[in-house]
Amino acid sequence: MTTPLLEIRDLSARYGHVHALKPTSITVAEGELVTVLGPNGAGKSTLLRAVTRLTPGPGTILFQGQDVSALPTHRLSELGIIMVQEGRGLFSEMTVRENLILGGYNAGGDAGELSARMERVFTLFPRLKERLDQTASLMSGGEQQMLAIGRALMAGPKLLMLDEPSLGLAPRVAAEILETLGELNREGLGILLVEQKAPLALRLAQRVYVLSLGRVVAELPSHEIKSHHDLARYYLH
Amino acid sequence: MKSSLTMTLPDTTSTRSGLPWRQILLGVLAVAIVVYSFTANGYVVTVIGFAAIYALFCTGLNFFMGFTGQASFGQNAFAALGGYGSAILTADYSVEPAVALVLTMGFSGLVALIVGYPTLRLRGHYLAMATFALGLITYEISINWTDLTQGYMGYSGIPPLGIGPYYADSPKAQLAVIFVLLALGVIAAARLKNSRFGRACRAIAGSELAAGALGIPVARYKLISFVIAAVYASAAGSLFAHFVGFISPEVFGTAMVVQSFTMLYLGGIGTIAGPLIGAVVVSMLPEVMRGLKDFQTVGYLLLLLAILIYAPRGLHGLLERILPDREG
Repeated sequence: MTTPLLEIRDLSARYGHVHALKPTSITVAEGELVTVLGPNGAGKSTLLRAVTRLTPGPGTILFQGQDVSALPTHRLSELGIIMVQEGRGLFSEMTVRENLILGGYNAGGDAGELSARMERVFTLFPRLKERLDQTASLMSGGEQQMLAIGRALMAGPKLLMLDEPSLGLAPRVAAEILETLGELNREGLGILLVEQKAPLALRLAQRVYVLSLGRVVAELPSHEIKSHHDLARYYLH
Repeated sequence: MKSSLTMTLPDTTSTRSGLPWRQILLGVLAVAIVVYSFTANGYVVTVIGFAAIYALFCTGLNFFMGFTGQASFGQNAFAALGGYGSAILTADYSVEPAVALVLTMGFSGLVALIVGYPTLRLRGHYLAMATFALGLITYEISINWTDLTQGYMGYSGIPPLGIGPYYADSPKAQLAVIFVLLALGVIAAARLKNSRFGRACRAIAGSELAAGALGIPVARYKLISFVIAAVYASAAGSLFAHFVGFISPEVFGTAMVVQSFTMLYLGGIGTIAGPLIGAVVVSMLPEVMRGLKDFQTVGYLLLLLAILIYAPRGLHGLLERILPDREG
């Protein structure tokens, strides 16, 4: 059996007295796109924050077979676990160029490496090249999301985790962005995608986890979701 | 088309055309102040000297507050360490002033490292309160540890700046040394701001979460930024001690915090020129308004309020609006 890209075992997290993520286990294989679905408050964002140790909690996190549970956020980033936060988390007063450069922070100032990564981002999102010297806060929501993903790609991720990238975007823009994620996945990038209601995300994903009240309540290949009428009714319409 | 290398750097010039009028104006003003200070009388030299020392202090504070986006109400503690450290080393132990300056900068940096490690785990108001407490504690020590600091009596007999046979034995010579050190401090701050570390600090100011998620060691960089600010504050404290030849606890009291914040926000926080502009304007305003006599303080405060209301990004921000960088 091949070693999964990411394997978490009994990972949980709390906000004070609120047990937002109860012991949860999930895996993402190399080159797999996994979607996590669930209603508001299900613990989806907390799951990503717990994996990146922004909200640390007990449990085991294995990345490419290595136990990384005790590592801080910036060390996980160096290993290739990169998250695009809900709300994008852009440096709003900085330009597109500066945001992208900061995305490549873990390249260690290697100009050649940064340049190659930036060209790759421009291939995926040509609009960013046109807006290179524009301040991030002055961009449209779709462009900001492209920048957030582009900045994450600048970090050279092995596992890209995205928290509701389609949130607040026009359907056409959201589809464009999710299609780009599908393209990245087809190139071999492992992706853990959190979405609330996303038929397109399900079409792209190989497997789905459904979270409810901080627990995994279903795990299934994405094409099987149609046969689960209660899930299909909620997530496919 | 840009080369791949310029694509990767924070290009601040390549898309702009025309003369950088704002920078030229600021440069001319700086040269004018320097030239004027060497032709003026002793009192003006003292005022400009204080302004330059505060400019150095605020340049360091700006690194922590402006670039890294943290709050510190206690940088006066490190100015006190610098001032008293230099005073004690030079007056009591006959250490060369230049050596004492460097030693106290190192000591203040070490203290900032030790104090900052637990303190910087706090955020926002809690960090502000903790740093404020640091300033108050230092102030109390400078009053009560009379064997070391001579308490309210103050510390006198501090020699002017110098090393070996070379001493800045006149106020204008001292001012020249202060200008040189200020220029070095500003150049270092500008280079740091545009370095990989400086960009990371600005990212922390933008969003600590996002910065951490991109691999920036947030806690470590906040601590380094705090240490840098402390080293600048210490240098400013030492320069004050040597320039005046006397220090007392009041010099490094809460008024110093208020004064430096006014300079920082009035000049333009988060910019290289802002602290310099703020230090000069805030130091000069009371002198300019002396003609108002009894209403001097009222006039001073009204002018400060007007600037903060109509130029919320400080005088440097106002200059940016009037003389923007032109896009090519």
